[in-house]
Amino acid sequence: MKKLWRSTATTALAIGVAALFGPAAAKAETPQYGDELRMVVGSNIPSFDAHIESTFGMIHPIRPFYSVLIRVNPDNPSSPTDFVCDVCEGAVPKPTEGGTKYTFKIRNDIKFHDGTPLTAHDVKATFDKIVFPPEGIASNRVAYFRMVESITTPDDYTVEFKLKNPSGTFLPSVAMPFNFIYAKKDLDTHGYTWHQKNVNGSGAFKFAEYVPGSHVKGVKYEGYHHKGQPYLDGFTAIAAPKMSVRLQAIRGGQADIEFRGFPPKARDDLVAALGDQITVQESDWNCVLIVTPNHEVKPMDDARVRRALSLAIDRKGGSQYLSKIAIVKTVGGIVFPGHPLAATEEELSQLAGYGNDIEANRAEAKRLLKEAGHENLKITLHNRGVDQPYKVVGTWLIDQWKKIGVEADQWVQPSTPFYATLRSKKDFTISLDFNCQSIINPIADISKFLPGSGANYAYFQDEQLVKWYDEMLAEGDEAKQRELMRKYEKRVLDDLASQFITLWWYKINPHRSYVKGWKIAPSHYLNQALDNIWIDQAEKKRQLGG
Amino acid sequence: MTTMDVSPETNTGFRRKTVWDHLSRLVRRQPLGAGGAVVIIVMLMMALFAEFIAPYDPEANSFEYMLVPPSLDFLLGTDQFGRDLFSRIVYGARTALFVGFACAIIGAFGGLVLGVASAYFGGWLDLVMQRIIDVFMAFPLIIMALAIVSIFGTGTDKVIIAITIPFIPRCARVVRSSALAVREMPYIDAARSIGYGHFRIIMKHIAPNVVAPFLIMLTAFLGEAILLEASLSYLGLGVQEPTPAWGLMLQGGAEEYAESAPWVPVWPGLAITIAVFGFNLFGDAVRDMLDPKLRTR
Repeated sequence: MKKLWRSTATTALAIGVAALFGPAAAKAETPQYGDELRMVVGSNIPSFDAHIESTFGMIHPIRPFYSVLIRVNPDNPSSPTDFVCDVCEGAVPKPTEGGTKYTFKIRNDIKFHDGTPLTAHDVKATFDKIVFPPEGIASNRVAYFRMVESITTPDDYTVEFKLKNPSGTFLPSVAMPFNFIYAKKDLDTHGYTWHQKNVNGSGAFKFAEYVPGSHVKGVKYEGYHHKGQPYLDGFTAIAAPKMSVRLQAIRGGQADIEFRGFPPKARDDLVAALGDQITVQESDWNCVLIVTPNHEVKPMDDARVRRALSLAIDRKGGSQYLSKIAIVKTVGGIVFPGHPLAATEEELSQLAGYGNDIEANRAEAKRLLKEAGHENLKITLHNRGVDQPYKVVGTWLIDQWKKIGVEADQWVQPSTPFYATLRSKKDFTISLDFNCQSIINPIADISKFLPGSGANYAYFQDEQLVKWYDEMLAEGDEAKQRELMRKYEKRVLDDLASQFITLWWYKINPHRSYVKGWKIAPSHYLNQALDNIWIDQAEKKRQLGG
Repeated sequence: MTTMDVSPETNTGFRRKTVWDHLSRLVRRQPLGAGGAVVIIVMLMMALFAEFIAPYDPEANSFEYMLVPPSLDFLLGTDQFGRDLFSRIVYGARTALFVGFACAIIGAFGGLVLGVASAYFGGWLDLVMQRIIDVFMAFPLIIMALAIVSIFGTGTDKVIIAITIPFIPRCARVVRSSALAVREMPYIDAARSIGYGHFRIIMKHIAPNVVAPFLIMLTAFLGEAILLEASLSYLGLGVQEPTPAWGLMLQGGAEEYAESAPWVPVWPGLAITIAVFGFNLFGDAVRDMLDPKLRTR
């Protein structure tokens, strides 16, 4: 008990110290040049092409090689609206022509790593690939740019985006870290799939080496357009799928940082073992685990059964305890908690499964199951073979459902067959799924719950949801957007219980305290350019010797 | 008046041996094997009477008791979900034995059928079968099991398939070598000459004479199957939560809690070790008892 108290107190102290003095200290300290960052990455790289990938396994090692048009402010990455130019000039442009035109001035001092100057034509070619991909060419984020009508280049250093209608989701979509700027020359010469296996960017680091299953190496790009950066001579991204390996690598000094996030227990162990040699940064995470029933399979075609399964979940209790052992914490609806468009606690409590009286919720759940003729329901929860947080939450869900008499077991698949089951085989009854986004952009983010959106694996149709979603997209007034959002959320989580929320993730990044300049963001995809990170070399020497 | 004792023991001067006599002889001659048998009996008891032995539901989460160290309330402590480790170990014996016996019995019988058929019929059938067995035996057991589980997926039933398939050729190879010798015996020729069919010769004269290697393989497979199930579950490819299974308990606990809550990985690790050790000791004793060369020593 004493040990537990001591470890908790140390953790709290470390977080407190980091929170209180971290930013101030960072401001006061002068960045040092030199040395190399060693990060551990808990996933392999499916391909180098960010336009078709959605995983941190690609973003963490590859993002430092590329630039983007605009990005979240690296000094204020928690803000969902603070964007700054990367390859564009000055401030992020305001829209003109009634909110339907954005004009970006491109810097004229940027070169790709192969020496080719970066111009507006490269930006246009990149966004053409993302927004209007040719037949047969994949692009993962076409849906985010549905409002874009055309992209033009009036001159070599100007790009214009013409929108079909004013949209508050356009800039956040442009700022997504997946929109790597590719050289038009490369696309024209090598084709649209060349970037899956090759790298030619204009980021802070030049690609040096990739050893599959082992590591990616980058070296400082001396011609980087943000003057004075990067501070590091290079970086190595070490592939380490097992969490214990990543944890021990940081503890043993073989790695400096892991950008995705550790569970609380790992944080406590690191802090207890290394004390002030570890800095802990924590943040809410724009990532949520959702339960997706397959409406095409009985008994999930019955809204009463789906509602009952949602009512059985004690989200508040789960948050209190699961937050100690898993990377989940926050109770919320479909919108990132804390965002102006998110439901308040009172609004949430009106929805099925969010009421404060869990016993009453479960009594109602049992009544619904009885009414539906499924008193002794047996189901198999389809889950992803990843411990944090999928299998932990899956085990908890099964226990929650047991409390209303539902017997469930777990069918776990590795990531690739897991997605094949969700997307093409569709032979599951109910599954855990996630909605992880980069920039907090609620209206775009909630497309996950939109029937027929492509990423919605519940397989149902509902015209009302589509109508409200389209109205939200076209609505410029935030109060009206919020009103529509509440209707949309109630229909998803309550009336239809088409999908339901478990808990929002919580990001914990313990790293060696000599790693400076990096600030946590509410997404593991954000702030990964590594151009503002530096190593306090004296402190590193003190910690690791040598 | 005197009555005469007519019991055979008294008349002959010999006493009929009781079960206790056999057991004490076994303990004297095979003390390690007897120890193994005790482990197996304890496991069987745990598996059969888990509902009565385990004080708590092994799957029920009790978050208010997360990671409680061993105490009178929780004999072996609790895990990260507040589940009683003693109850999970007890129920875990059921999973281990179910998988162990299912794999060992199906694997050994499959091997018996193929081995005897291959030896008895010989010719091209034997040739083809042995080359296929060569291919299977070229892979280490765990690699073969991993490959199979990656095809069929996870879960108890899939684990049984994954472990059973590599067992079959191993048993078939051993049984075949014994059956080859039996096939050449004069009484087999005699049976043929009086018109016995293949099935009758195999069932009446060959199979009973390869029972010894068959039983040795069967007992050896039991321990191996338990270890393989634990390995697959540890790798996340076997039995899935919340089913109580020792390897799975190691997977959830060993990595994250080895330092701060060592009881989480220690007990299931110990359970696996003792069970496999017990089955191996018992298997060795069975081999010694059935091997005429070792028996005469």
